[in-house]
Amino acid sequence: MSSVELAPPTRYRGAFRRLYLAEMRLVLRRRRNLILLGVLALVPVLIGVAVKVSDPGAGDGPQFLGRITGNGLFLVFTAITVSMPFFLPLVIGVIAGDSIAGEAGLGTLRYLLTVPVSRGRLLAMKTLAVASFTFIAVLVVALVGLLTGSILFGLHSLVLLSGDTVGLGSGLLRSLGVVVYVTIALFGLAAGGVFISTLTENAIAAMATTVSIAVFSALLDAVPQLSAIHPGLLTDHWLSFGELLRSSISWVDLARWTLLHLAYAAVFLSLAWSRMTTKDVTS
Amino acid sequence: MSAFVTAEPAADPAVPTAPVALRTAALTRSFGTQVAVDAVDLVVPRGAVYGFLGPNGSGKTTTIRVLLGLIAADSGEVEMLGHAMPRAAAQVLPRVGALIEGPAFHPYITGEQNLRRLDRSDATADPATSPERITAALARVGLTAAAGKKYRNYSLGMKQRLGLAAALLQPRELLILDEPTNGLDPQGTREVRKLIRELATDGTTVLVSSHLLSEIEQVATHVGMMSGGRLVRQGTLAEVLADGLPSIRVHTPDVEPAAVTMRGLGLDPVTHDDAITARLTSVAVEDVAAALVRAGVRLQGLAVERPDLEELFVSITGEGFDVLR
Repeated sequence: MSSVELAPPTRYRGAFRRLYLAEMRLVLRRRRNLILLGVLALVPVLIGVAVKVSDPGAGDGPQFLGRITGNGLFLVFTAITVSMPFFLPLVIGVIAGDSIAGEAGLGTLRYLLTVPVSRGRLLAMKTLAVASFTFIAVLVVALVGLLTGSILFGLHSLVLLSGDTVGLGSGLLRSLGVVVYVTIALFGLAAGGVFISTLTENAIAAMATTVSIAVFSALLDAVPQLSAIHPGLLTDHWLSFGELLRSSISWVDLARWTLLHLAYAAVFLSLAWSRMTTKDVTS
Repeated sequence: MSAFVTAEPAADPAVPTAPVALRTAALTRSFGTQVAVDAVDLVVPRGAVYGFLGPNGSGKTTTIRVLLGLIAADSGEVEMLGHAMPRAAAQVLPRVGALIEGPAFHPYITGEQNLRRLDRSDATADPATSPERITAALARVGLTAAAGKKYRNYSLGMKQRLGLAAALLQPRELLILDEPTNGLDPQGTREVRKLIRELATDGTTVLVSSHLLSEIEQVATHVGMMSGGRLVRQGTLAEVLADGLPSIRVHTPDVEPAAVTMRGLGLDPVTHDDAITARLTSVAVEDVAAALVRAGVRLQGLAVERPDLEELFVSITGEGFDVLR
């Protein structure tokens, strides 16, 4: 009875990068995900066209809406404001809820683990991929907003909320700051979705539960009698990116809110790690 | 290959004594009150084709999942390719190919893209040789023509082949194939058997689980039989088949005198219309024949029948092979 004995396996450099890129390729090739991004891209276009057709006048509607006609850059902020309560959490819920549960449901999780990809590594890769998609989703809203705004209304120097004016370069930089802030804010939710995704092999249930975290938090945030807990809610400072449009930005406040979102992410990811590294994979 | 675990020292000290690819000790796992795997001691020698047999629900798949670290054991140990599992998974699993409870891939990308994704996920797979290895694996399972087809549109047999291709992306020391012929037509089943034989000839150890005993009988060198979570028998195929006692079947018009003679020899004959059978518990077949002739029994025919794996399984467990738990 002859038998082969192979040399101990060597690990090739850049293994985590390859693992991550293979995942991103999979995520970005999936038609469902592209449709979600397409829906997000529609938001700034619809708002821009609506504003162009009938000027709403200052004071009505979501924040920054009245300023769009003066400066297309405000379409970026308006579109993000409009997408934050529902569209973006929905997209994040789908991607994050699907991350582990989707693989478990298909059965591909058992094959990834026996490749082998260690459980901790798999979770890290999935988390990074979900964070990347969150950033891409926010970026799509911002870039389409910028493009639509520039075509319909033109881009000008930015008149800040405090009344001062800064150049277009500073305006674009502040927009990028808004994108980063919003991505981190949504990452708190995305981490929750990854955790929920480790609990089940039913991806749809994980998606729905993740979205409902955001809805539930927003609900609590809307009840005045619960004002004591409002500052600690996941969604309480999702729209506070307006701080970046002031002449003297309160970095302390921004840091505090960002830390809150990262704390949510840390708690959720710890739970996900403890679940992921111990669970029986029976699917 | 004579003994299952080598007890006697090898004649040539340069030849290692029956090294073991996979061994478990008192492996146990329960789900609630049901003991799915009950103190299982598997021994799979290197180079063996080990038929892991048992009806659906007998604990084969749970055992395989525990071996691969997908499910934790309640107690007991697993040693795979010389290392303790699941602790050494990172060193061991790259050398192990597995097909676990059917294939599973992403439906909206092609078979080839699915293999590429798995290969890119493997830290020990050389990215430079990935395209050639994928092409070779697809060719080996006869899937080259369907490589660019979306997995969603694969037939059950094609899916099964892709699962085998994934297990063959890298050179392996051990292949764990759980029901590899599920969903294959007779032609596909033959091809898989041929593939297993080829791999074994190349020196790969193969653990193949199945509920189709006749299929295993054709390729296995060793077998282990599971029933109700317990490993009820294991050994080389020859050893296991040998503990099924042979029966004698005598065709004769003189059924009654023949029965009397056989009882006289201490056998327990069963009479049929024109024949009589008895398990050869203590008497050699030639002695039975001689005694029958002396007693004047007219013989039309006489045969020795060995039980096949399926009959053996039923005699060991006392249950029909396709009884579901």
